[in-house]
Amino acid sequence: MTAEAQPGAPAQVVEQALYEVRKTIHPRAVHGWFAGWRWALVWATQLVFYGLAWLPWNDRQAVLFDIAHRKFYIFGLVFFPQDIIYLTILLIISALSLFLFTAVAGRLWCGYACPQTVYTEMFLWVEEKIEGDRMARIRLDAAPLSLRKFALKAAKHGAWIAIALWTGFTFVGYFTPIRELWDAVGSFNTGPWETFWVLFYGFATYGNAGWMREQVCKYMCPYARFQSAMFDQDTLIITYDPERGEPRGKGPGKGHCVDCSICVQVCPTGIDIRKGLQYECIGCAACIDGCDRVMEKVGYPKGLIRYSTQHAMEAKLTRAQMLKRALRPRVLVYSAVLWAIIIATGVTLWHRVPLKVDVMRDRGALSREVEGGMVENIYRLQIMNTAEGARRFEIAVGGQPTLTLASEATVALEGAAALMVPVKVRVQPGALPAGTHRIDFSVRALDDARVAVQEKSVFIVR
Amino acid sequence: MSQFTSSFWDLYITVITIVSIVACGVLLLAQSRRRVSGGTTETTGHTWDEDLGEYNNPLPRWWMWLFWITIVFGFVYLALYPGLGSYAGIWQWTQVGQLEQETARHQAQFGPIYDRYAKMEVAALVKEPAALAIGQKLFLNNCAQCHASDGGGSSGFPNLTDLEWLWGGTPEAIRTSIAEGRLGIMPPWGTVLGEQGVKDAAHYVMSLSGMPADSIRVARGKELFAKTCIACHGPEGKGNTAMGAPDLTDKVWLHGSSEPQIMQTIAKGRTDQMPAHKDLLSPSRIHLLTAYVYSLSRSDIAPHRK
Repeated sequence: MTAEAQPGAPAQVVEQALYEVRKTIHPRAVHGWFAGWRWALVWATQLVFYGLAWLPWNDRQAVLFDIAHRKFYIFGLVFFPQDIIYLTILLIISALSLFLFTAVAGRLWCGYACPQTVYTEMFLWVEEKIEGDRMARIRLDAAPLSLRKFALKAAKHGAWIAIALWTGFTFVGYFTPIRELWDAVGSFNTGPWETFWVLFYGFATYGNAGWMREQVCKYMCPYARFQSAMFDQDTLIITYDPERGEPRGKGPGKGHCVDCSICVQVCPTGIDIRKGLQYECIGCAACIDGCDRVMEKVGYPKGLIRYSTQHAMEAKLTRAQMLKRALRPRVLVYSAVLWAIIIATGVTLWHRVPLKVDVMRDRGALSREVEGGMVENIYRLQIMNTAEGARRFEIAVGGQPTLTLASEATVALEGAAALMVPVKVRVQPGALPAGTHRIDFSVRALDDARVAVQEKSVFIVR
Repeated sequence: MSQFTSSFWDLYITVITIVSIVACGVLLLAQSRRRVSGGTTETTGHTWDEDLGEYNNPLPRWWMWLFWITIVFGFVYLALYPGLGSYAGIWQWTQVGQLEQETARHQAQFGPIYDRYAKMEVAALVKEPAALAIGQKLFLNNCAQCHASDGGGSSGFPNLTDLEWLWGGTPEAIRTSIAEGRLGIMPPWGTVLGEQGVKDAAHYVMSLSGMPADSIRVARGKELFAKTCIACHGPEGKGNTAMGAPDLTDKVWLHGSSEPQIMQTIAKGRTDQMPAHKDLLSPSRIHLLTAYVYSLSRSDIAPHRK
C-alpha cells in the first residue's frame, strides 16, 4: 500500500489508536430458508450433545470417555489407549471433510455447525426474548442505568449462565458418568476436577457465546483463516451481485439494491457483504435471507445476494453451469480420499477383534536349560479383553519343531480388563540350532473361534 | 547460590529480568497510540522501501489487555516464586520441597497399605493375593532382569521357583539375600588338579546326581573330591547354605550340567553376585518381595499360586 504524503497539505496532528475498542454488534433477527437450516442444525447438534450423555447402553452410559480407567465406551465398542489410531482417523476424516465442504461451498462449517455459531445463535435468541429486537437492544445499551435496564441485563446474564452451566455439566458428563455427576451436583459433592471443568467449560461457553462472539472468529480461530486457502474460483461463496444492484438507491435509473442496509444489520460479524468477499464472513447466509425478503417486498427477483462463485459472476454462468463446476478435480479428489478412508475404517471396525495381545520377551534371561536338557524361553503376554463380558482364552505357540508350552494354557479375564501372563516355551534338546528363531503365539477365546489374535516373537537358543 | 562469591550475579539477573519486563510495558505504551500529521489514509506509520506503508488494521483492545495481563503475571510470579537472583519468593518454593511434598502425599496414600502388610508374617502374606500382586510388580521391576519374569532364573542366575536354595529358603534367609546381597565364589582348581584331575572330579560330580559317568574317573575323582571339595560342598556333596555352596546331588545346575560346563566350573571357578537392595527398596517393600519370592516355590502353603 502506498501512503503518499500530500505535499503542501497543512500539518494537522491527529492522535491515532493502534488498538480498537470493540463495537458491540446487535444483529437483527432474520427468517428465511437459510435461517431455517441454521436452526435445524442448532437443534440437531444440541439434541445430540445434551441428550447423548443420558443414553444408557448395557447397564452403562452409551458414550463415556473414562480417562481415569483409560476405557472409552462408544455404544457397543470399548476402546483402549492402544486404539488411538481410531482417534487419529477420526481427526483425519474431520479435516478432509472440512477441506471438501470448504472447497464446495466455503465456510459451511462456520456458518451452520461450529459450536461458536450455534451457541451464539442460542444466546442471541435468549437476548432477543429478554431485551427485545435489535433497535430495542441498541437503545437499552445507550440508556443510562435504570432499574429496568438492570433487571433486563440481570435476567439475560442469569439465563446465559444457566445455559452455560448446563453445557459445562453435560460436557463433563461425557468423562464421568452423568447420572452420578448429577447426584454429586445435587449434593454439592463434585470432585475438584469435575467442579473445575464444569465451571471452566461453562465459563468458556458464557464468555465466547455471550461476550466474544464474532471476535472468536475474527481474531482467535485458526480455521477461519486457513479456510480461505481452500477457496478457488468455483467455490460457492455469499456474493452480492453489483451488476444488478448498482447504483444503489430508489427511483428511476437505480439498480436493484435499495440501500436498505438490512444485509448489514443482520450480519453477526458486522460487515457489509456488498464490499465483496471478506475474511470476517462466516458464510451464515443471514444477509441472503434478509435481502430476499426486501426484494420480495419491492417486487424485484430474489438473489441480489446469493450463493455464487467468482467464476460464475465473471463469466455470467447459468446456475446449472455453475453447479456443474462443483465436480472439478479438487472436489473429486477430496471426495475420493475421504470415502476411501471412511470405507477402510468401517471395514476395520467391522472386523475389529475384541482382544489384544502384546508379546514381551524377557530381556535379561536369553534362554535357559531345564530338566532333561530342554531349552526354555520366557515371555510375558499382555492380554487385553476389550469385550465387555468375562472370557477364557487359550494360549498356543507354534512355528518351530517340538515347540511346547510349559505353563498354564488357559487364562480367564474379566470384561474390559488386561492381564500380564508369564509364559514358558520349551524345545527338545538339539531341535533348533543356536540363534534366534521366529515363533508365533496365538490367543483365542474359548467361546468364540473368531476372537483370535496371532502375534510373532522369537525363540533364542544358545 | 553459595558457589558464587559475590552477589553481583544476583543483581545482574534481577536487574535484567525487571528491566526486560518494564521494557515490554514501555514498548506496549509506545505502540498503543501514535501521533500522525495530516493525511486521510490511516496507516501504522511504518514505511519500508521508501514509500511502502502499512494499513492500520487495529487489534482489538482486549488483546492489548492480554499483553498487560502477562506483564502483571510476570511480576506476581516473580514475587511468589524464586526467579530474581537468590530471592526465594513469598511461597519459598523449591524443587526439593515439591519432591518432598509429593513423596509425602504418595506415602500417605500407599503407606497404610505397606504398613498393614509390614506387620504380617511372611507365612500369612503368601495367603494374601493382594500382597502377592504388589510383590509381583516389585519383582518384575527389580528382579526379573536376572531371575526372569517367572522367577525361573537363567544360566548363572538361580531359579527361585524350586525348593533348592543356595543360601537357604526360609523367609529370613530370603530377606537377607535381597537386603544384604550375596557373593558366591567357587575358586578355580585348574592349576591344582590338572586337566585330567578336573575331568575326574567332573565325572564324580556327575555321578552324584545319577548322571551317566565313566566309573574309573568317578573312582579317581572321589579321592580328589575328598581332598579339595568337601570343605565347602560337604562329604556327601550336599553343599552348604552358610556359604552358598550348591548341593551337587540334585538336578539343579546353575552353570549347566554338561561335562564341558562342569569342567569349566571346576577349572576356572565361578563368581556370582546378588546385589544388595536395602538402599534401593524400603524394608516394607523388601518384606513384600520376600513373601512373593517365598510363595514362588511354596505352592503347598501359598494357595493362590499354581
